[in-house]
Amino acid sequence: MARYILFRLLQAIPVLLGTTFLIYFMVFAMPGDPLLALFGDKTPNPALLEQLREQYHLNEPFFVQYLYYLGGIFRFDFGVSYSGQPVTEILAQTFPVTIRLAILALLFEMIAGILIGLVSGIRKGGIFDASALVVSLILISLPIFVTAFLGQYFLGIALGWFRPTVGAGAPIQDLILPALVLASISFAQIVRLTRSSVIETKNLDFVRTAYSKGLSSKRIVPVHILRNSLIPVVTYLGTDFGVLLVGATVTEGIFNVPGVGRTLYQAILKGEGPTVVSFVTVMVLIYLVVNLLVDLLYAVLDPRIRYAK
Amino acid sequence: MPNSTQKPSPGHFVAPLEETPLVAIDSVKTDGKPSNLWIDAWRDLRGRPMFWISSVIILLVVVVALFPGLFTQTAPNDNCELSNSNAGPSEGHILGFTRQGCDVFARIIYGTSTSLSVGIIVTVLVFTLGILFGAFAGFYGGWIDAVLSRAGDIFFSIPYILAAVVIMSVFSSNRNVWVISLAIGIFAWPATARVLRSEILRVKNADYVTAATAIGVKRFNILWKHVLPNSIAPVIVITTISLASAIVAEATLSFLGVGLPSSVMSWGNDIGQAQTTLRQAPQVLIYPSLALSLTVLAFIMLGETVRDALDPKARALR
Repeated sequence: MARYILFRLLQAIPVLLGTTFLIYFMVFAMPGDPLLALFGDKTPNPALLEQLREQYHLNEPFFVQYLYYLGGIFRFDFGVSYSGQPVTEILAQTFPVTIRLAILALLFEMIAGILIGLVSGIRKGGIFDASALVVSLILISLPIFVTAFLGQYFLGIALGWFRPTVGAGAPIQDLILPALVLASISFAQIVRLTRSSVIETKNLDFVRTAYSKGLSSKRIVPVHILRNSLIPVVTYLGTDFGVLLVGATVTEGIFNVPGVGRTLYQAILKGEGPTVVSFVTVMVLIYLVVNLLVDLLYAVLDPRIRYAK
Repeated sequence: MPNSTQKPSPGHFVAPLEETPLVAIDSVKTDGKPSNLWIDAWRDLRGRPMFWISSVIILLVVVVALFPGLFTQTAPNDNCELSNSNAGPSEGHILGFTRQGCDVFARIIYGTSTSLSVGIIVTVLVFTLGILFGAFAGFYGGWIDAVLSRAGDIFFSIPYILAAVVIMSVFSSNRNVWVISLAIGIFAWPATARVLRSEILRVKNADYVTAATAIGVKRFNILWKHVLPNSIAPVIVITTISLASAIVAEATLSFLGVGLPSSVMSWGNDIGQAQTTLRQAPQVLIYPSLALSLTVLAFIMLGETVRDALDPKARALR
């Protein structure tokens, strides 16, 4: 196990360097002088400009600049937003809200997704199964902003079950609708994954043995079938996190949830390039870490992974 | 008993041919039509209503994209009257008007080609890059695999919509269908490459590959003529689904305002512009969303039915 963890950690290093380099490369290709943008319409003092250039290492060659940027990342320094607030400070304010939203969404997609997938798989071919398949197919096909607007209009405005936008302080009851929207695509994927995994497991020999021993379905379904069907779902959660990050950007923007996603959403809308880049960098780093954790969790769950190498 | 000493005839031990399972082998029709994975898959697809429904929708989308003039007499931008702003349906304008007083139906019809062209360009790009990286990594292995797979990991680690947001922020002045397709495609290929790589790893140890090596076929020809055609099936499936994802990505970027400029007619742009009047005129937002979702649904449905048809294991799961 220790060897696997070490191997996986070493593998993460080139990926980390590569992704940050790619992002920085894209920024370097950005036309226009980032400093001139700070001054707006005014013509800046050349001496001041030179001093700022020196301060932000803009006179150095591209590769040296990248190293400074990388150094900043390791010190959790992601630069300053357009309003002059350090990105880390904005993160500290907005991150708890996003975490709350993400946990709500994850809870929903896992509990409801696994349950519905399980029932559908056990009763394959029935009416419940057929409707679960149709509904999940539709949910997968709806782009997240469409789901968000449909939810906002029908559940929020027309029926009035939820507040269409989130109020100050982002109380939990206001976050339910955005969390449902955020979870929708992953929920549908989990239903389908669990379903096919359950169908595959329930025909295996050990399940037949359990039935022939005289165990009841009440015990076989949750203990023998469900537990052995969950591994693909766990792996899915890792890749799903990327969907969740992009989804959070759109959902938080539409529902006005004061989280990391909305900050990125507004920076994109206003065309604040450097802020967008800082937040995308942070999100990619989070994504990398989460995927690393999921891989390790996967190794804990499935011994075949940890002894493979 | 006189017969007890008599040896049984050989026929006593061998069952007549008609009664053995060997009949099954002997009765293979050699003069019948040859069959392969694709013929079997087509036979399976023909019987699926999902296949026909999705094909008809996709065909309709393609025809609308190529000949928008057949479906509406209204030019999408010329006859916009501000007095019609957010008005409901009327004679000749079955879906009502946008905030600028343009015909919603005409804009949806003329926006089709944008979505479809982005989808197709991205798909061609993803297919090409995915095959190049996946095939070489899987077939040659060793350091080639290590380099190509790590490169894939790096591109895979940046969610492609976020990457496209950064690229599109860079190209703020020069956005068109080609730039946005490139921005999406350049980060979307690793999934395809991974699928192909693992499929090739499975196929390359098959007997026919060993046989080809034994008779001295060049490595590259083995890859091109034997391994690739036998491992392409899952790539076709993921490509169909990635066409749907590309259409969603374009709409999302346009919706966020970093996609196509507002002068280009695109479903994403229309949805983004309609969001401010969601309360007063929900239909302006709902109809383009419907067109978008239906197109995406059709491609996903097609991908899934083709996957089921190509994979006997999935067939059993139905």
